[in-house]
Amino acid sequence: MASIKLKKLEEYLHGVDSFEKPKIKLEQYITPPHIASCVLYNIQTLYGDIEGKYVGDLGCGSGMLSIGSFLLGAGMTTGFEIDGDALNTFQYNVTEMELPGIDCVLCDVLALPKCGKWGNAFDTIVTNPPFGTKNNCGIDMLFVQTGISMASGAVYSFHKSSTRDYIRKKVKDWHVKGNVVAELKYNIDTSYSFHKSKSVDINVDFWRFDVTEKDI
Amino acid sequence: MRLSTYNFLTSKAIKGVKVGFPLKLTIAKKDVVESEFNATFIERLLPRLDWPAIRLAAEIADLADDIPSEQPANIAENEELLKKLHHLLLEIDVLEGQLECPETGRVFPITDGIPNMLLNEDEV
Ligand SMILES: C[S@@+](CC[C@H](N)C(=O)[O-])C[C@H]1O[C@@H](n2cnc3c(N)ncnc32)[C@H](O)[C@@H]1O
Repeated sequence: MASIKLKKLEEYLHGVDSFEKPKIKLEQYITPPHIASCVLYNIQTLYGDIEGKYVGDLGCGSGMLSIGSFLLGAGMTTGFEIDGDALNTFQYNVTEMELPGIDCVLCDVLALPKCGKWGNAFDTIVTNPPFGTKNNCGIDMLFVQTGISMASGAVYSFHKSSTRDYIRKKVKDWHVKGNVVAELKYNIDTSYSFHKSKSVDINVDFWRFDVTEKDI
Repeated sequence: MRLSTYNFLTSKAIKGVKVGFPLKLTIAKKDVVESEFNATFIERLLPRLDWPAIRLAAEIADLADDIPSEQPANIAENEELLKKLHHLLLEIDVLEGQLECPETGRVFPITDGIPNMLLNEDEV
């Protein structure tokens, strides 16, 4: 059950402003509202992991997943983001939409495990992580690993489908059950206008990680 | 910054800092954001709260009368206290202020409601 209709949720998420000047190095593109609303709606209706839960959003950007989670009834949402400009847009979105239970912290997600207090703080973690480039290959799995340490229930994340086997193997080592809950195809370049001419759709998996028996 | 978030923030990522908690909070400007009370959600948060830290936050937010200095038993049955916790943790929004590391004095500013916990390379 969800407290809001899928169509309504998508309508609201279309009102979420994107990055003003996306920073390519940080892989700043928003999760398209159609995709964000579908996956979040499924998290709630299939697994009940949002309503009444404390939800964390790693690399929250301008707030698409935080705002979507709150609209689906999260008790509270906290977003974590390394870029202050993105968080200014995040705060603008939250204020503009008059949503009371959404908060954010300016920090490096990869430093959170060192902070000591965020372990198991959340019921659910959602993240659309940077996929990593030549220079920071594997950052998406570092986001997931951090998410697993911070959640007591489940972690949801997007990954390139080409990494499916690798992820399966990796999470097994952590005693985490992972399964692909949706196969998506989308264009991550749309916010980079100068890229438009050569942009292509890529295959992306939406994963659910059950962390209730984690060993990490 | 909500005080529920404050409950989890530390400066432990700084090189040499042992605990880095609770951070010394200063509030220069705050707002109250009304939100729906959900008793079950506050109960969910309870085991994750550091009582001395939230009591400290209550003092700084001028709500010391609402929050007992020792965590009472059976809070779940005490709806009045749950409501006060809801107000303290989810409705007080710190817009301007700072967090200070109790061990090094390093200051983390809170600007436009956003605590800046970023560290310089030479600090980690
Ligand atoms: C693909 S975007 C997703 C944005 C947003 N969550 C959404 O769904 O629309 C990835 C985000 O992660 C942020 N990011 C990248 N590296 C980070 C790090 N080390 N710590 C925190 N955030 C980071 C980027 O600035 C960007 O906002």
